[in-house]
Amino acid sequence: MKKRYLITAVILLSFLSLFVGASRITPADLLDWRSEATEIFLISRFPRLVAILLAGAGMSIAGLIMQQLSRNKFVSPTTAGTLDATKLGILVSMLIFTNATLLEKMAVSFTFALLGTFLFMQILDRIKFKDAIFIPLVGLMFGSILSSITTFFAFKANVIQNMSAWLQGDFSMIMKGRYELLYISIPVLIITYLYANRFTVAGMGEDFSKNLGLAYKSIVNIGLVLVALITTTVVLTVGLIPFLGLIIPNIVSIFKGDHLQKTLPHTALLGAIFLLICDILGRIIIFPYEISISLMVGVIGSAIFLFLLFRGKAYA
Amino acid sequence: MIQVREITKFYGKKAVVEKVSVNIHRGKITSFIGPNGAGKSTLLSMVSRLMDADTGEVLLDKSKVKNMKSNDFAKRVAILKQSNFMNVKLTIRELVSFGRFPHCKGRLHEEDERMVDQALEYMGLIDMQEAYLDELSGGQRQRAFIAMTIAQDTDYILLDEPLNNLDMKHSVQIMKILRQLVDDLGKTVVIVLHDINFASVYSDRIVALKNGKVVKDGVTNDIITSDSLREIYDMEIPIQQMKDCRICVYFNS
Repeated sequence: MKKRYLITAVILLSFLSLFVGASRITPADLLDWRSEATEIFLISRFPRLVAILLAGAGMSIAGLIMQQLSRNKFVSPTTAGTLDATKLGILVSMLIFTNATLLEKMAVSFTFALLGTFLFMQILDRIKFKDAIFIPLVGLMFGSILSSITTFFAFKANVIQNMSAWLQGDFSMIMKGRYELLYISIPVLIITYLYANRFTVAGMGEDFSKNLGLAYKSIVNIGLVLVALITTTVVLTVGLIPFLGLIIPNIVSIFKGDHLQKTLPHTALLGAIFLLICDILGRIIIFPYEISISLMVGVIGSAIFLFLLFRGKAYA
Repeated sequence: MIQVREITKFYGKKAVVEKVSVNIHRGKITSFIGPNGAGKSTLLSMVSRLMDADTGEVLLDKSKVKNMKSNDFAKRVAILKQSNFMNVKLTIRELVSFGRFPHCKGRLHEEDERMVDQALEYMGLIDMQEAYLDELSGGQRQRAFIAMTIAQDTDYILLDEPLNNLDMKHSVQIMKILRQLVDDLGKTVVIVLHDINFASVYSDRIVALKNGKVVKDGVTNDIITSDSLREIYDMEIPIQQMKDCRICVYFNS
């Protein structure tokens, strides 16, 4: 898995993504700066592409950090309750502020995502039986509990309809003015890269980290903040994208190992590629309509996830 | 020299280490021995700062360990715990490079690369440096971890039961390496050992613990006697002299 092949793939797929859609746009149309095509391009296509790239890279990196810090290959925002905590946060923000602005939603759901993930890590600390499959099951149960709380209060407050809009990841709603929050993940990705070595060391355990003079607890906390930030921005702009944070880091780990400084770029690139492919397929299969990204990723992702499971616990 | 002064650690209400005072001498191998649950590992963890003592203090060359910066401490004392259950997929070279972390924070300079090369060379791992840890045998993995502590370039190396799960050949290999580290490189090594014969043959000094207290502390020949061992293990253990080595024959006592 060479980095330059991945970069080439991202560029080719991005180009394809920009010119696939209900209204035909060709590169030639863009030469006229005031044409309708250019307008669609700038308002819809380009934001969509940026959103896919950032969400794909972001969710994969979030999964990678979680797997490293929990020392379990099956832990990710999907399997550790992070996504469900974010959802609960969005609900709470909608209930507190009747017309919550994006920033208010962001702040509240970020807090919930952080608390939820932190709580899961605390539970993890107390589990004696650290089986590779058992831990994500606990995470899924924890997530389901959060999710049922969300559903209960959403039902009471009559906002179920409104909530479910957040449940499904969907890029068709991405337009200029509605996705810019995602840019937060760029500095987050840069910070992750700067901390890559520390995360790798932290992934070898508390004693190992302390031996090397690393402040283990604060590194774990920084990691959880980064994960919560990425997850919140993605859920608020795109919606839930399951499995991405689970399968991409695992695939990269099989080929490139667990040295984060080496694997981070690959993970980010492969995440973007995977999401681009899912999105383009979703737009082509029932053209001119489209299949939502969470469904596409869910179907393809769960197949790959099962494959990884059956591949054996050697990599778990 | 590491001076342990009146150190105590409670688990709940039970004192697992109680008012222990020990001196660890420079340039020697010191073995901690004693029955299960004597507090050997706990003591080692407190010396290496993995655990905080409830009372008492540890001095490293006269300065209090508690007040030292983690990074400075990591440049002087390395600890290897056996319980490191590792499923992280790293190559030997990557692992050994992390030994340089306290010195360079992960950005390896020429000097660091040289130290890593030396450590790999010393442990005979140069040829397999690109192999992943999860592909190695127990003995190879243990050597990789020791190579990491060599790269960490500390004066003191602390090891918690480094021979666990190793066969005889690899156990001897590891002990010989530790001996060389002391004799050739002037390191100070502290080991928690279960097998008293390894302690007898390879260490300069022995500290024996029992029920959280030091029962014996001295040079190896003074501790490996039937009288002392009876006090430590409550067993009658005959000693056989084989050339320079004293062997404890405890199998049918």
